[in-house]
Parts: sequence; structure tokens; C-alpha cells
Amino acid sequence: MKKLISLKNVVISLAALILIWQLLFTVSSYDKALFPSPKMALDALVEMVYNGKLAENISTSMYRFAAGYLSSVLAAVVLGLILGRIPGLFKYIDPALQLLRPISPTAWMPFIVLLFGIGDIPAIAMIFIAAFFPVLLSTVAAVKNIDPIYLKVSKNFGITQPALTWKVVFPAAFPQIANGIHLALGTAWIFLVAGEMVGAQSGLGYQLIDARNNIRADILLATILVIGVIGILLDGALKLIEKRILKAWGGV
Amino acid sequence: MYIEVKDACKKYVQDGKEFNALDNVSLDIDKGEFICLLGPSGCGKSTLLNTLAGFEKLNSGSVKIDGKEVKEPSVRNITIFQNYGLLPWRNVRKNIELGLDARKVPKAQRDELCAKYLKLVGLEGYEKRYPRQLSGGQQQRVSIARGLAADPDIIFLDEPFGALDAITRMKLQEDILKISREEKKTMIFVTHDIEEAVYLSDRIVVMMADPGRIKSIVKVPLGSHRDRTNEDFLYVRDKIFELFNMKAEDYIEYNI
Repeated sequence: MKKLISLKNVVISLAALILIWQLLFTVSSYDKALFPSPKMALDALVEMVYNGKLAENISTSMYRFAAGYLSSVLAAVVLGLILGRIPGLFKYIDPALQLLRPISPTAWMPFIVLLFGIGDIPAIAMIFIAAFFPVLLSTVAAVKNIDPIYLKVSKNFGITQPALTWKVVFPAAFPQIANGIHLALGTAWIFLVAGEMVGAQSGLGYQLIDARNNIRADILLATILVIGVIGILLDGALKLIEKRILKAWGGV
Repeated sequence: MYIEVKDACKKYVQDGKEFNALDNVSLDIDKGEFICLLGPSGCGKSTLLNTLAGFEKLNSGSVKIDGKEVKEPSVRNITIFQNYGLLPWRNVRKNIELGLDARKVPKAQRDELCAKYLKLVGLEGYEKRYPRQLSGGQQQRVSIARGLAADPDIIFLDEPFGALDAITRMKLQEDILKISREEKKTMIFVTHDIEEAVYLSDRIVVMMADPGRIKSIVKVPLGSHRDRTNEDFLYVRDKIFELFNMKAEDYIEYNI
């Protein structure tokens, strides 16, 4: 029943969105090649599905996203687990992190393109940067917040490194680390598109630029919708994984 | 002596003020004894226990177990905490395995041992439960089973039943007494509950606060079967009550 109600909410919400779009299309005086209707965007979507362009660009983008996001999360969690346990060292690293953190990943883009040229790497690097700081900082905070009794018990039962990190520190800190990983997913997906718009000749972000260059606003809007839908799916998938792990570790 | 505390001194600074948690405390404990450290908060009983367990260091004086200076926690001496210290992401079985890991028990024997210790604390068949699915009393039982599974020489208990309701507490007191007789472990038990101390101890170390010190050591000659309503039990209990009301600073060794 609950699921049915939330499904009803989704349907109404999306219907309203499409209705507003259609309304704007009807009243606007723009050329319909520049401001297409929902129907035209849908047709463009179908066209892209059939000519295989969509699948190709999605798989290119997903590969970049997976490479950037997974390597970033892995590096940030490992580094965070270490730094969280050595507060003396973190004191010296934190100021530099605080300086780098507020810089938008987009700001790095020209620099990265200069260094690596155009292709997969700029988009991957951008996602890496976007996900790295939230995950690193939430991991460090999570490790610092661990209930000291877990460490006391571990010491008493003779658990030493590296088992201490893997068997005690990580699971104890996991709920808070998962929060950071989750937040970073949304940010990373946002910056993938930005990265591909500037530093790539393929992928969903490039498809937007390409559509603009060819004055195909219908393709452009269809691509935007696809980007939104994939974002939701990624979020849902991550929630599912999180739930599995928490359940396996005796959480709620 | 098996456990020897000599001239132990420990100072803390709290809110800019220095206070003496332990002031020249000396104490000897025999192997197999059940000792309660009894006193009001601030008397240094938990500090003394933490020092014996190797979690804290003294400013001066020495703590020796079996002739060796205590420098760090050891799997030979397991501590049971008031808030249980179970790892919530591990089920009951995996928590108890911490104790078996400490002993390097081979995989083949683990099922049997795990079942044995769970039976000992009255939780047969709870292997797959997670700590949050258990009541406070059950969690403390798991913690005791985990401690016993490590087969330690000494078990330290830091107000282990302090967070439990009165009925559960009495049941656990009975069980820990029975376990201490059967398993023949040296037990050192911190409490502020006089009746609990009389019920459990071979000797009660009565401590006073500010500075933290031992006021007297009371032998409890009640044998292994104890009855809370028995006349002798009440007599010992009243003696301890008197001790806390007394103003005299002198050290008294009671032999009842």
C-alpha cells in the first residue's frame, strides 16, 4: 500500500512537470527547433535509442563514472582510515584540505586538459576530485568518532593492525562513511557531465554540446532527461548496497 | 602474591584542578580470589581496575601480576565493561569468537566452544542474534561468555551490572558467582553497591574518595552458598554500612 501511494506521488509529480513544459511550449514564441515540446524530445530519444548513439554515449559515460568514482572512494576511504587514526598527522594535512576543498572541480578542468589532453582522463579526474573530499573528510570524522570502547576491547583481545582497521575501525565507522560516499555520488555525477562538456569528444556531456552545435534542442533536452534518470538509478542502487552491508553488520 | 599493587599514585587534572584518584594505594590479591573494589564515585576504584588491566598508567608506584609489571592490556586478563563492549556489527557467535581468536583456537573446535560458553551464561541458541536484538542483561551475558572464551587468568569487571534493572542484576550476580566457582578465575569486581559486594566477594576492598584510598579490607566469611536474607549476610552488610558512616581515618582490618 505504501509503495502504491509513493508511486502515485511520482506519477503526479512527473505529469505536472511535463504539463508545465508543454504549457511553456504552447505559450512561448520561440522557434520550436530551439524550444521543443515534450513529444519532440521523446521522438529524439527514440531516434537515439534506435541509431545506437544513446547506448554508446551512456556506456562511455558510465565507464568514466565508474573509474573516477570507485577509485576516488577507495583512495579517500583508505587515506581517511589512516589519517583518522593519526590525529597528529591530520593536523598538518587538514589546512591544505580546507584550502582545496571549496575549489570547484570545474576550476581544475583547464589545467587537467592542458596536462592530459582531451579524452577519458579529464572527465575521470573531475569525478575523482568531486568525490574525493567529501568521502575523505567524512571518513576521518567517522574514525575519530568511534566509541573508544571498541578500541579498548580490541586491545584487550589482542587485535593488532592491520586486522584492527579492517575488522573494527572500518565497520564501526561505516555508517558515517556511507553517508559521505552517498553524498559524493550525486556530486560526482553532476561533475561527470561538466567534465565531458569541456574535456571530451564522447559521452553524455559531449552529446549536449554536440546537440547544441547542430541546433538539435530536442536531442539536448532528451539527453538532460536521460542524465537525470541515470542519476536517480545510481542513487537507488547505492542505497540498496548500503542497506545490504548495514544489514550484514547488524544495523537497522 | 599473585597480584601486587604497591604505593600506587595517580593524579588527574580536571577543570584546571588536580585531584588524586589514587593516593598511595597498596593491595595484594591471591590467585582465585573474588575481590570487590567498593566505594563512592571518585574513590579511584575504576582507576585502580583500569591500571590493573593495563588501560591506564600510574604516576608512581607499581602494579605486578604474577611477578611481572603490568604495562599494557593482555588477553590473559579480560575486562568486562558496564556498557558491554560488544561489537554491534558482529553477531553473538562472532563476538564470542574474539575470545577464541585470542586463544588461536582452530576452526574445527569453534562451534563446540561457542556453544559451551553460551550455555554457561544461559543463552543457548543465540549464536545468530545481533547485540541490538538482545536485552541489556543478555548483552552482558554475551560479554561474559566472550571473556570466558578467551580463557583468561583474571577477569576484571567494571560495574558490569550497573546499567541493569534490580531483578536482572540479582540473577546475573548469582550466575557470575556460580561461574567464578566453576571456572576458578580470579575476579576483580568494581561496584558501588554494598549488597552486591557482600554477595560476591571473598574480600571487599573498601575505598574512600578525595584522595582515592583504601579505607579497609573486609573478609567475607560466608562460604560459597550465599543467601541475601541470611543473618550472617545482613551482619556483614551492616558492618560495611557502618564503615561508610565512620569518620575515623585509620586503617582497619576486619576479621569477622
